[in-house]
Amino acid sequence: MTFFIVSSAIKVFAVFNLIMVGVALLTLIERRVCAWMQDRLGPNRVGPQGILQPAADGLKNFLKEETSPAMADKALFTLAPIVSFVPALLTFAVIPFAAPLPTRWGVVPMVVADLPVGFLYILAISSLGVYGIVLAGWSSNNKYALLGGLRASAQMISYEIALGMSTVAVLLLAGNVTLSHVIAQQQAAHAWFIVPLSVAFVIFFISAFAETNRLPFDLPEAEAELIAGYHTEYSAMKFSMFYIAEYSNMVTASALMATLFFGGWDIPFTTWDSTGDPSVLKTLATLVVFGFKTFVFLFTYIWVRWTLPRFRYDQLMALGWKVLLPLSLLYITLLAVAIWFIRTQLGWEYGPGMAWALGGLNLVLLIALVWWLDRGRIVSGSVQEEAA
Amino acid sequence: MTLTFFWIFGVIAMGSALLCITRRNPVVCALWLVVTLFALAAMYVMLDAQFIAALQVLVYAGAIMVLFLFVIMLLNLGRPGPTDIKGPVGLLLAAVLAGTLLFQLRVLGGAQALPPSAIQLPPGSLAALQARQGIVGAVAGPLFETYLVPFEIASVLLLAAIVGAVVLAKRKL
Repeated sequence: MTFFIVSSAIKVFAVFNLIMVGVALLTLIERRVCAWMQDRLGPNRVGPQGILQPAADGLKNFLKEETSPAMADKALFTLAPIVSFVPALLTFAVIPFAAPLPTRWGVVPMVVADLPVGFLYILAISSLGVYGIVLAGWSSNNKYALLGGLRASAQMISYEIALGMSTVAVLLLAGNVTLSHVIAQQQAAHAWFIVPLSVAFVIFFISAFAETNRLPFDLPEAEAELIAGYHTEYSAMKFSMFYIAEYSNMVTASALMATLFFGGWDIPFTTWDSTGDPSVLKTLATLVVFGFKTFVFLFTYIWVRWTLPRFRYDQLMALGWKVLLPLSLLYITLLAVAIWFIRTQLGWEYGPGMAWALGGLNLVLLIALVWWLDRGRIVSGSVQEEAA
Repeated sequence: MTLTFFWIFGVIAMGSALLCITRRNPVVCALWLVVTLFALAAMYVMLDAQFIAALQVLVYAGAIMVLFLFVIMLLNLGRPGPTDIKGPVGLLLAAVLAGTLLFQLRVLGGAQALPPSAIQLPPGSLAALQARQGIVGAVAGPLFETYLVPFEIASVLLLAAIVGAVVLAKRKL
């Protein structure tokens, strides 16, 4: 019992600090990558290569004056950043980030809390984050902030459905919601779920952008139309808390994508990491691999932000309700039939054979999807241009 | 330990439910209702129904209440309205109703009422079921096997309600 409490406390402390430091570095990476993509230098004055810029920003936010609009609802105005900050930091708790660590007192699983409800916990808690944005929009007593809050509530509910539906595909294959089980199954089969569930990954990926309010779906902010949307009236640390919440949501979403579809902390092409006795080396190696996978998705977030323009609001709603939701329902139906056929008619268990068979199905569906979404605009359009 | 948590969350649930019906500002009321729902989810966790708790937070606190807030904000009802308490007669009626309900609770609590034997499970069977099928499977199994037809009928009913709402809201289809 004491061992459990002490190890849990250490894990909570470590994960909290890792996320906070990661978020701080991420703000710098975002600005540097943006600068790189726009052929400029970006912040490089504070410390070597600007590495201390986040510290300077943090210090500035602590020392800045806290403003509060005269007609704002004071209590809710203060509550809003907290409500958006806390769920963002809570969600990472169920994600396993490395192989179990052996210590002198016992083996410690490298996850803060391996809950039986697994990733449903992430969906549930992250759905509470929208209150922060809605309350910020409402309590500021500012019409632009209110519009931002309204948009956020509609957007996050719409895309939550598509996000949940795409995780149903994972459930169908894994048969369990706990993330440690999902990872173990991907390791045992030597096939990450990206192969048999690539369409689900595409839906999850798009919805995750909308859920974290990142471009091309940052309609709640939309600085071209709404000044800064829901956080127009916020300054100093309160504004900073919204910022930290956004980035830690990104970290959790990236880690979840890596876990559900890319094997979590699994090292590909070897069974060394998941079989045999746990060792410190294995923990460290898998931690690095997990960090790398998460970073790839974080980089993609930044990459997409500085590449794509923002959607119009009606386009956003049409994509969520008319494309992603029917698509995910259709996909679950097809996948369930395929899994039923393979399991009962062919008698296969989940393994490389089943993964690649489903992978073939997914490839066909993906090609059909891209062809249908494209409708002679981007892919085939450029081909025609070259021919002309 | 469980009893301590039961009292903590029970007090939170009761207190926030009271605040939900007594606050004058609709947005604040909705927020207190979220707190109530959250405390109820904690109760479900203590009853070993983690899946129901996750759904409670996901569906009620995370989706339905956001829609409530959305409507309140969209119609701009966010200003404090007049009080709903209608004079001494209303107060008296409320007191009588509350007294009756409390008395009923006292009677039921004194009789140590148990649920009907048809829905009682032998001790430990729930844990065994969860160990065998996982926490979602324990709910999904009965829902999609034993009670599939009632479940489908309920979903058709909900669909009819949605279609009805759309027809009412949209005069011209």
